Order: sequence, then structure tokens, then C-alpha cells
Amino acid sequence: MKGKPLVSIVSAGLSKFGKLDGLYGREIFAEAAKEAFDRCPKLDSKRDIKALYVGHMGESYEHQGHTGATMADWAGLLHIPATRTEAACASSGAALRVAVQAVLSGLADVVMVGGVEKMTHRSTAEVTEYLAMASDFPFEQWQGMTFPGLYAMMATAHMDKYGTAEKDLAMVAVKNHYHGSMNPKAHFQKEITLEAAMSSRVVAWPLKLYDCSLITDGASCLILTKPELAEKYTDMPIHIIGSGQASDSIGLYERESFTSLVAAKIAAKQAYEMAGIEPEDVDVAEVHDCFTIAEIIAYEDLGFCKTGEGGRMVEKSETKLGGRIPVNTSGGLKSKGHPVGATGTAQAYEMYLQLTEQADKRQVKDAEIGLSHNVGGSGATATVHIYRRA
Amino acid sequence: MSGQEPFTIEQLCKCMSQGKLMGGKCKKCGKVHFPPRPMCDCCFSKDFEWTEIPTKGKLLTYTIIHIAPAQFQSMAPYAMGIVQLENGTKVPGMIKEAPLDKVKIGMPLEIVFEGCTPTQNWPQWPRYHFKPM
Repeated sequence: MKGKPLVSIVSAGLSKFGKLDGLYGREIFAEAAKEAFDRCPKLDSKRDIKALYVGHMGESYEHQGHTGATMADWAGLLHIPATRTEAACASSGAALRVAVQAVLSGLADVVMVGGVEKMTHRSTAEVTEYLAMASDFPFEQWQGMTFPGLYAMMATAHMDKYGTAEKDLAMVAVKNHYHGSMNPKAHFQKEITLEAAMSSRVVAWPLKLYDCSLITDGASCLILTKPELAEKYTDMPIHIIGSGQASDSIGLYERESFTSLVAAKIAAKQAYEMAGIEPEDVDVAEVHDCFTIAEIIAYEDLGFCKTGEGGRMVEKSETKLGGRIPVNTSGGLKSKGHPVGATGTAQAYEMYLQLTEQADKRQVKDAEIGLSHNVGGSGATATVHIYRRA
Repeated sequence: MSGQEPFTIEQLCKCMSQGKLMGGKCKKCGKVHFPPRPMCDCCFSKDFEWTEIPTKGKLLTYTIIHIAPAQFQSMAPYAMGIVQLENGTKVPGMIKEAPLDKVKIGMPLEIVFEGCTPTQNWPQWPRYHFKPM
């Protein structure tokens, strides 16, 4: 069997994703934590969990920083060491990486890792401003750039260089909404037509409304332990067999290429080498589709197809449920929603469901190996994790 | 430039207010930094000299922003792009004075300095844009 287990996931929890009016981030995190505790009755949470790592992007949303301690308290884990990680939209992908390191170091046998963001109570203009903080301030934000704008410039460059079409972008949205229609926790559980996607209003040409992920409230978490202890807590663990993380310039403009994320390629290479697998071995993946172009670029950066052929992959339905490698079976950021700090571990949650055969209507048959790809900002952070059925 | 000015973004902004685009050239490895940095990311040297960066170049990629941050919304839709100047330096910015449907990858552009809007608040950075040549 491929891939030596680094750590095992013995449980996982996910709040409902959506516009959760009247709930604070801490209350949403408690919902995710409760699910993880309930899934794992053999775990004595107060006794066994030795640390918490929480991904959270912005204190602006709720005027609340110091998220590590806040979430530990509301998860009923008062007094354990609790630390927030911040890497923009890759905050909980980075938290997962730190949690893996904590278990591997021997410092903590059992840890909880998760993420949270409460966003929908703010106006679109405010959210746009807060999200833009993940890009360069003096030369991007200050000069009028937006987050969709940065990915739109990648899309324009990809279209020019490889002939990727606006229709290819729209097809990513249609696919992810189809997947999301089968996820009862997704924010937007409705299929959309290609025509609706193509004719939706322009946000930052060539990106339209349906090319953009959703502003969503949500939280996610996992419980990790050493592989040799996994059976003590559950007879249904999955293993993490590869972990990669890399960084790049904060400004998109400083990079060599606008059609690929170097940080994602490096993180993927690290994770594949650690796991001892090739891209062809991946059966199911969750990739960071903050914008549809980002999913197409992810296929290429992760080696699912050749450089420049990402658009063709979606045209041929290779990444749709039933295809060669189903991508974003949860609905992705596009349909499940993108509570930025929660996204990385929400992707891992989907891998947990898929590799333990609990993904119901969107189950990928006999999936053995899964991969998650979480990107911060316009690619200044990327994390890649690889999972294997136990 | 007397050569005594610190190699900082703040100093670059002062130069831009005077209508010049300046970079910090590493005296050890020759890399030109835009914006200037206090330490070369290639060779870790702190020994720099100022070098004037050409103001003309060509468009590498672009977008047309329709949904803008509040302070820019009245200008929307507007074009933003990344321009590669004649020495290879890449600078992002707004493209003005061109019909939006005429904005194309490869089009020649030059930088226009707008100066700084006086305000009491940080930051007091000048804005600039690109226009067709």
C-alpha cells in the first residue's frame, strides 16, 4: 500500500455553510466541534485533546481577534494551548500543516485543527475590502485592484496563452454547482445552467458572478492523532500521507508567470514525494476554486493534466463525479461556499467523508487516495495535503 | 537623488510625486528592485544605488473591473493591468485614456503620475496610471 501514514484523522466536523444570521463565529465553530466529538465517542475530548490550531483570516469581520483561545473556549476545551494561524484563504490549510507537525513532533498525541469565518453580516463592499487585505497594499489595493481582478488577470493571461475560453470557466461553475446540489451542508444547493453562468453580470472581466466563490459563514474541524493510536479512538480513521506548503511574492505582478501558482506546484511536489505517489494515483480532490480559473490552474499545477490543458479537462467532464478524477465533490468554494478561514479543513472534511464512504450521493466509488489544495491570496501561500484510506 | 535616501517604498513614493519611477539596483548582484528594498532578496546585500526605471512598456495581462472597492466604484468599469516596462520591471496599475474594448495584451503603454491627494490619514501615497502611447 502506498504512503506511510504521518498522522491519522479520527474524526471531523463541519457546520452548515451559508448565511447563518444571528450566529457568531464562535457559535458556528462549536457546531463543527460538536459533530467531531459525536462522531468519535471513544474520545474523551477534555482529557485527550492536547492542543487546538484554528485558521481564521480576519478580525475585521467580527471585530474579534485572538481566535485560538476564543474557539478553544467555545469548543469546551478551555485551558489547552490554542493558536490561530493566518494565511489568508489558506489559513486552515496552514493550521492543518502545523497540527501535523505538532503530532509528528510528539508534543501532542491528539490535536484538534479547524477553521472559522463569519462574513455575511458585512456588506459586499466591506467583505471586498477585507479580502483584498490578502494582496499587496501599495501597488495592488491602493491603485484600484480587487481580488476578483487579480484572478481575472490570471484568466486573461491563460486565455491568451492557451486558448482557454470563457465557456471553460463557466463549465467549472456548472460542475461544482452540480456537486454542491448533492451536499446538504452546501451554501448554494442548486444546479445552474451554462447559459446562466455565461450571462451572469461581470465582476472583473473575464470573470462573472458565477465564476466567483460565495461569501459564506462556516466552520470546520478535524481531530488528528498518531497512526498507532488511531484504533484506540475509531475503527474508521483515514491517514494523512503527504503534506506540502510553500510561499510566493505577495504581489502577483512580481511573478514570472501569471498562468500558474509556483507555491502550489512546490507544495504539491513536496506532498507527492512524501506520500510516494504520482498525480495519476489521486482518486478524488478538493481544490481551491475561489474563482473558476483557479480550479483550471490547479489541475495543471497539481499535475492532473498537462500545462495549458486545464480547460480541456473540464470540457471532457474528467473532473465531474464519474469522471477520471472527480474534483470538488463537496461543491467546492463555488457552491459549498468559502468562509475563508474554514476552507482548508473543510476540504479535509470532504476527504474524510469520501475515504470513509460517508459522502452519500456524491460518493466517489472505491476512492483510496484523496488530495486537498488550499491557496491563500493570489497564490502567496499554498498548502497541499494527501490522504489515504486506512 | 543624492544617494543618501533610504531604499524604501516611502522614498519611491516621493520620487513618483516628482514624476520619476526609481528602483534600487543591488551593487553586488545587479538586480533592480521595484519597489526598492532594504536588503537584496537574491544576495542579501544592503548596498544599493538608485536607478531610473523607464516609464514605457507593454501590457502583459489585464481585467476590466466592474465591482470595485467603494472609493473606486464611481470610476467603474475600469481597466487594470500589469505592465512590463522597457527594462523588464513589472508594475500593476489602472489603464486610462483608452476605450475599454481597445485594451489588449501587448499594447504599448506609458505611466502617468497623478500626485498625491492631500489627506490627514495614512497612507499618503501617490497614484499613477498607464495610458496608450
